[in-house]
Amino acid sequence: MKKMLAQALTGKKNQNPHRQIGNKVHIHKKHLNIIHTRDEIRALATLIRKEIVLMLLESGSGHSAGPLGMADVFAALYFGVLKHDPLNPNWEDRDRVILSNGHICPVLYATLAECGYFPKSELKTLRKIDSRLQGHPHYLANKIENSDNAISHPENLPGIENTSGPLGQGLSQAIGVATALKISQKPNYVYCLMSDGELQEGQNWEAFLYAANKNLNNLTVLIDRNGIQIDGYTEQILPLESIVNKLSSFNWNVYVINGHHVDNIIDTLEKSKAHRLGPSVIICQTTPGKDVDFMENLPEWHGKTPNKKQTKDALEDLRSLRGRIWWE
Amino acid sequence: MNKNLGTTRDGFGKALIEIGTKNAQAIVLCADLTDSMRANWFKEEFPKRFLEMGVQEENMVGVATGLSLEGKIPFACSYSTFLINNALGPIRSSVCYSNANVKLIGGHAGITTGPDGATHQALEDIATMRVLPNMTVIVPADQEEARQATHAISKMIGPCYLRIGKYEVPNSTNPDNKFEIGKAKMIHEGPDITIVTCGNLVHIAKEVAESMCQGKDGHRDICIDVINMHTIKPIDKETLLKSLKKTRALITFEEHQIAGGLGSAVLEVITTSDPELLSTPVIMMGINDSFGQSGSSSQLLEHYNLDHKSLEQAIIKVVSLKRRKEK
Repeated sequence: MKKMLAQALTGKKNQNPHRQIGNKVHIHKKHLNIIHTRDEIRALATLIRKEIVLMLLESGSGHSAGPLGMADVFAALYFGVLKHDPLNPNWEDRDRVILSNGHICPVLYATLAECGYFPKSELKTLRKIDSRLQGHPHYLANKIENSDNAISHPENLPGIENTSGPLGQGLSQAIGVATALKISQKPNYVYCLMSDGELQEGQNWEAFLYAANKNLNNLTVLIDRNGIQIDGYTEQILPLESIVNKLSSFNWNVYVINGHHVDNIIDTLEKSKAHRLGPSVIICQTTPGKDVDFMENLPEWHGKTPNKKQTKDALEDLRSLRGRIWWE
Repeated sequence: MNKNLGTTRDGFGKALIEIGTKNAQAIVLCADLTDSMRANWFKEEFPKRFLEMGVQEENMVGVATGLSLEGKIPFACSYSTFLINNALGPIRSSVCYSNANVKLIGGHAGITTGPDGATHQALEDIATMRVLPNMTVIVPADQEEARQATHAISKMIGPCYLRIGKYEVPNSTNPDNKFEIGKAKMIHEGPDITIVTCGNLVHIAKEVAESMCQGKDGHRDICIDVINMHTIKPIDKETLLKSLKKTRALITFEEHQIAGGLGSAVLEVITTSDPELLSTPVIMMGINDSFGQSGSSSQLLEHYNLDHKSLEQAIIKVVSLKRRKEK
């Protein structure tokens, strides 16, 4: 195990999409029933965090805390649950991931690269001119007539399914996607990722109200409950609690989990998918800036990036995980 | 005056049924104004492809975006002032930035909306929609043109705003002169002045042109080019410039704010196309930086100087300016 950890964290450049961890070769094709062990998923989350820190150093602007906080959820979703094929991003049977809080896109980009959707070297172009990795994700709809499969435009970054940035707009899009799949009687499942601060936007409540009464049992929403937003702590800026009561009273099937506990995340995602009576929402309690000591829980790291020295410290934190044994 | 009256919303509603029959991907969404938007006819025929959203426009536009990403052709319907103004955020970033194939249908547009008053009379929607990249903006003139326009937008791929209303107008376009996006219709011809108009006012311009050309009411004969600029974006520069080079006099005529509407779109073409046209005498007729109010459609048209008489006076003024210049 230690050998695997050492290789995973310090290790060789990985070949995408065939990755080597230890002495096992993994192909990220969930539909081929090649499933990562949960220890591997935990290691992948740390790799994703490292990529995030390096990307943000390179870009010099962007968001740090949210992406680091959601690395475990993204790793669990993409490597443990999602039906997708990085070699064929337009695969008709794939599940859809709609990101609503676009500012955490470094974690999405790093995860997609880790899956093998595009070369990891491209992560360095984040927020640079002419990059496919826009500061907030851009998805261009494809001009294909009479196709009822969402086929990505060739200019898009492979793996992304929607434009995202202005808070409050993603859930409605996810509901539209889920509705279209229902109308076409397709079994694909839809995941929507949101933030907690974003719940202050009214459009979300229109969407929560709407979806609960439309029997959309092909939709699970994951809310990053990290407690911070740009101006400070959510409960000081505009308190959201009790989110559970609010969403339950809107007739949603609500779960609350530790958003860093990979087993918990995967098990709950599977439970929510098995729930057939309507849409589900999973409130993922996370630590913003997770595993980078000087960033954790501080709103000031919501919208800023580390400098060189801080990046070195952050990578050191991630390498050692501050002496904790990470798989416990 | 005319037996052949109809509304653009009726033309839209009729077309929806025809489109729904031919194309299983067509989905209609409506924000609690189903009958009034004439979406009820589609709803009755295709209940499974009709989504009643309740009173919410932002979510409706977002849901329409999601539907379009999966290959559906969503028509999102509400009164224009609610649809455009309440949901401008998602229209800009979810729809236009993604170039999503969403059809936005704004009803009750213009001052002719009448007794409901200023809150319900969209007078800024053309301006807000035409500045958005990727957006196509269409304002049909009568029932038949609205029907044809609805078919046309269902076939084009990309975001589109269709402005319709509930004001009964005579059919002023020739139904055989097929609607084509971006191709203006010349509905009356003459060498003296160009009137560019759209929507519910097209019939007024046509009637004025017919009466003035015949020298009725003691007018000297003034023969007029009337352009039905049903597509405001992309605008038909060719038809516009060809007419202006001939007439060298211009009136823009719309039931919308003067700022940013059809008139502005026309002047943008002139000022960037041909320096010689810069000296063209122009009157821009529209709502002059004010809100509307309650009243009947015809009272309001008269009050805001958008009736036959106001147009005639403006024509005489512009033509005399032009003739003085020519002397």
